[in-house]
Amino acid sequence: MNEFYLIFGMFVVTFAIRFVMFAFAGKMQFPSWLEKALKFVPPAVLTAIIVPSVVMPAGVLDISFTNVYLTAALFSLAVALLTKNLLKTIGLGMLFFLFLKWML
Amino acid sequence: MIFTSIQKREFFGGAKASLPLIVGAVPFALLFGTLAPNSGLSALATVAMSVIVFAGSAQFIVLALIAVQAPLEIIILTTFVVNLRHLLYATALVEYVKHLPLSLRALLAFGLTDETFANMSQRYQQKDHTYAHYFYLGSMLTFYVTWVSFTIAGLLLGNLIPDMSSWGLEFAMSVTFIGMVVPYMNSKAMIAAIISAGLSSLVFADLPNKLGLIISAVIGVAVGLSVIQLSKKELSYE
Repeated sequence: MNEFYLIFGMFVVTFAIRFVMFAFAGKMQFPSWLEKALKFVPPAVLTAIIVPSVVMPAGVLDISFTNVYLTAALFSLAVALLTKNLLKTIGLGMLFFLFLKWML
Repeated sequence: MIFTSIQKREFFGGAKASLPLIVGAVPFALLFGTLAPNSGLSALATVAMSVIVFAGSAQFIVLALIAVQAPLEIIILTTFVVNLRHLLYATALVEYVKHLPLSLRALLAFGLTDETFANMSQRYQQKDHTYAHYFYLGSMLTFYVTWVSFTIAGLLLGNLIPDMSSWGLEFAMSVTFIGMVVPYMNSKAMIAAIISAGLSSLVFADLPNKLGLIISAVIGVAVGLSVIQLSKKELSYE
């Protein structure tokens, strides 16, 4: 792996995505279906990252209470739904996770 | 350059607003610095990635791809898909920055992370946007300095405490993302998109090069769009 091309390539795609709208300063408009589709991208990508990392933390499916990642994720989901507060979710979720890790 | 007190107030306001989000980012950056050398990235490239790319979740996923020796094209494609959400952030914010000079817009775009977007969408809901870009700069610079310095701290800690990667700090990323996904759950279409992306990610988990992530994201978006389309038809029949 050539690290120069790796970082250069990652920079180019990341910056291009972040800059294209600002560069055209609102003179660029997406077709409405694309704009609708884009709205689904953040939750779809984030969910597709979260789910395998908590349901199969060691690479195999593990749906049980001894899977601390899954238990803490469900707890964090409940906190997020109840409080609708990002900081409380991160703080309480992390505390609960460390507590479970220490217990087991 | 001399800053007026209102510019300073905006700048420090932005810095202050990013403090709560830093709580989630610090373990995340520490872990990135700790794990990167284990995945086969050099120390220089680890720091360079945080300094030049500045995209937390993409950096993490790329580590997993490097570890399985995925080809460069796959890594860049995955970075593109994972960061595509920033296009939506930029679309939402462009109205408020379009009058600024191009070089400043480029700088602001570089710092358009999930966290700074969250801060700015709140800031722009309030009145008087004349100096709100200083708020933006305050938020992004605070975040940038945190991200880069804790990446370096993670590298150093990884050398001192070799088993830190077994502490399970990667859960910081999961919990941060859970907190970010929940506010989206406000329509049938969104919930359908989230559930189908989550299920697909398990079904396709064993695909090589983490391709399951891209496929699941596409399925989630397609399901969301279909639900919108279907509910429109229902309405038009009434």
